[in-house]
Amino acid sequence: MANITDEDIRKPENLVYSRTKVLTENIMSYCPGCGHGTAHRIIAEVIEEMGIQDKTVGIAPVGCSVLAYNFFDLDMQQAPHGRAPAVGTAVKRLLPDHFVFTYQGDGDLAAIGTAETIHACNRGENITMIFINNGIYGMTGGQMAPTTLPGMKSSTSPYGRDVATMGNPLKITELLAQLPGTIYVARHAVHTPAAVRKAKKAVRKAFENQKLNKGTSFVEIVSNCNSGWKMTPNQSNKWMVDHMFPYYPMGEIKDTVGKE
Amino acid sequence: MKELRLMKGNEAISEAAIRDGCDGYFGYPITPQSEILEYLMAERPYEKTGMIVLQAESEVASINMVYGGAACGKKVFTSSSSPGISLMQEGLSYMAGAELPAVIVNVVRGGPGLGTIQPSQADYFQSVKGGGHGDYKLITLAPASVQEMYDFVGLGFEIAFRYRNPVLILSDGAIGQMMEKVYLTEQKTRLTNEEIREKYPWATLGKVPGKHRNIITSLELESAKQEKVNIRIQAKYREVEKNEVRYEEILTEDAEYIFVAYGTSSRICQKSIELGRAKGMKIGLFRPITLYPFPSERINELAGKCKGMLSVEMSAGQMVEDVKLAVEGKTKVAHFGRLGGIIPSPVEVINAIEEKLMGGK
Ligand SMILES: Cc1ncc(C[n+]2csc(CCOP(=O)(O)OP(=O)(O)O)c2C)c(N)n1
Ligand code: SF4
Repeated sequence: MANITDEDIRKPENLVYSRTKVLTENIMSYCPGCGHGTAHRIIAEVIEEMGIQDKTVGIAPVGCSVLAYNFFDLDMQQAPHGRAPAVGTAVKRLLPDHFVFTYQGDGDLAAIGTAETIHACNRGENITMIFINNGIYGMTGGQMAPTTLPGMKSSTSPYGRDVATMGNPLKITELLAQLPGTIYVARHAVHTPAAVRKAKKAVRKAFENQKLNKGTSFVEIVSNCNSGWKMTPNQSNKWMVDHMFPYYPMGEIKDTVGKE
Repeated sequence: MKELRLMKGNEAISEAAIRDGCDGYFGYPITPQSEILEYLMAERPYEKTGMIVLQAESEVASINMVYGGAACGKKVFTSSSSPGISLMQEGLSYMAGAELPAVIVNVVRGGPGLGTIQPSQADYFQSVKGGGHGDYKLITLAPASVQEMYDFVGLGFEIAFRYRNPVLILSDGAIGQMMEKVYLTEQKTRLTNEEIREKYPWATLGKVPGKHRNIITSLELESAKQEKVNIRIQAKYREVEKNEVRYEEILTEDAEYIFVAYGTSSRICQKSIELGRAKGMKIGLFRPITLYPFPSERINELAGKCKGMLSVEMSAGQMVEDVKLAVEGKTKVAHFGRLGGIIPSPVEVINAIEEKLMGGK
């Protein structure tokens, strides 16, 4: 192995890592260090591995991931702010043999779209919902989100979130797990290779579940917003582990598949 | 022999949708149009044609379900009454921006606010001037009978898909609730996904291997590109204005005075004409069937030949603004309306035209 050449390295049989075909070659609009890109990648890998690219319709939200349709090489729809679960409901009902997923931030899913989120899950829509919780409104410049931690500063809670007047962070994922319509609810992160592997397994399961037609599968990904939090990517990941994880603990919250 | 049935206006909408091969309905209850959802739920079209019917959690959800379905190239529709249609405005604007076809039915009740459940025509501005944000138009059909409630569903889908734009059926509580006989059409079959791909290559039905993916969006962050999108959409509206104007005229040839009225008001005016003609008054009716595109050209022609026009509306005076614009000062234009859910009587209308245009009795 000592005298391996550059040419050898470039040989197809030595390829160990490449862009998945389900992502386009477009340059992502996310800030360097942001978790959105990694979350996209694992979803795309799952779709590629399951061989369902031609049968998948994705719903992009309003938020930093509004342009997700530029990055997934899939048929995609862009939904009004918070309404992806309603849009996805109709798509799946009208295309029951297709795979449908929504991809939403915390403002989108847990503030303006709370009703659509809860009711889609309560009806047990046979879709996969991916929820990126970064505790802030990234796209609009770092305002307070329903998931912003107590005391956490944002541009609309400049002295820190005061729970007495601004309410407590909403653990919507735990709330959704209470509903009979959800069959799989999990919370993961994508800040380390080990975390990415676990998150990907959960996303895979959430997509595979659509074959069972039993209800909604929901995966929260606790993520960083280094720009909104005004930190470097590394600082933001550390802050996320130290502060977000205790409030939003990792793991499988509900899994009824195969248990009845 | 054509199939004939006695039906409520609201029921006619639902039956027409099923027979037109509609793929899905999404709606939320509100008086005076709940029969649309109730009829569909009772008919269970999902067992006959495969059409799905879903009671949504709100009108916001309904219109976004319609967005999702339309984006798949499916024939989908929703219905509501005034407050619910207000909630749909963001979604309608998105649909116009993303160029999605669908039919939306507004069985109007009196406002503002929670108002009354009685019939009204006070949602005219919201319907034809773009009730939501941005430069867009809803193609607006105004039925005046239960038969037209039925016919305009199929027509609405046809126009919506032709221009890739939502079509609004602007009805009111009277037409929604009243019963009349209706000639029904044959059951059409729903399009298969393959047929949709063929007819509507923009539909998001899953990316065909080797082909470009389909994206449904109304977003374009670069102004120069967004302006091009706007110009293209506006050009489409000019086509709509050229091709889709519809109206009806009753006794306008020799009329000295003309009522301009749509929907329920036009039915009242028909009776007023009978009463007036019996008294020797030379009056006629011009009934816009499309409110957008508005039949301005024809109104302008008629204005050159008559002594005055009375816009009769169950509103404080909305369509009258478009009548005035169309008339270009060629003749006198006045408005008569009742508010709050009151339907004017034919005699009231006669009195109004005498008082406002003929210099009193
Ligand atoms: C009806 C409506 N209200 C408000 C906005 C403005 N807006 C755009 S994105 C956003 C918040 C996005 O935050 P989040 O969902 O947490 O996603 P992130 O950007 O953090 O990924 C808001 C409030 C909008 N586009 N539409
Ligand atoms: S603003 Fe935050 S969420 Fe948005 S791309 Fe940047 S880091 Fe990511």
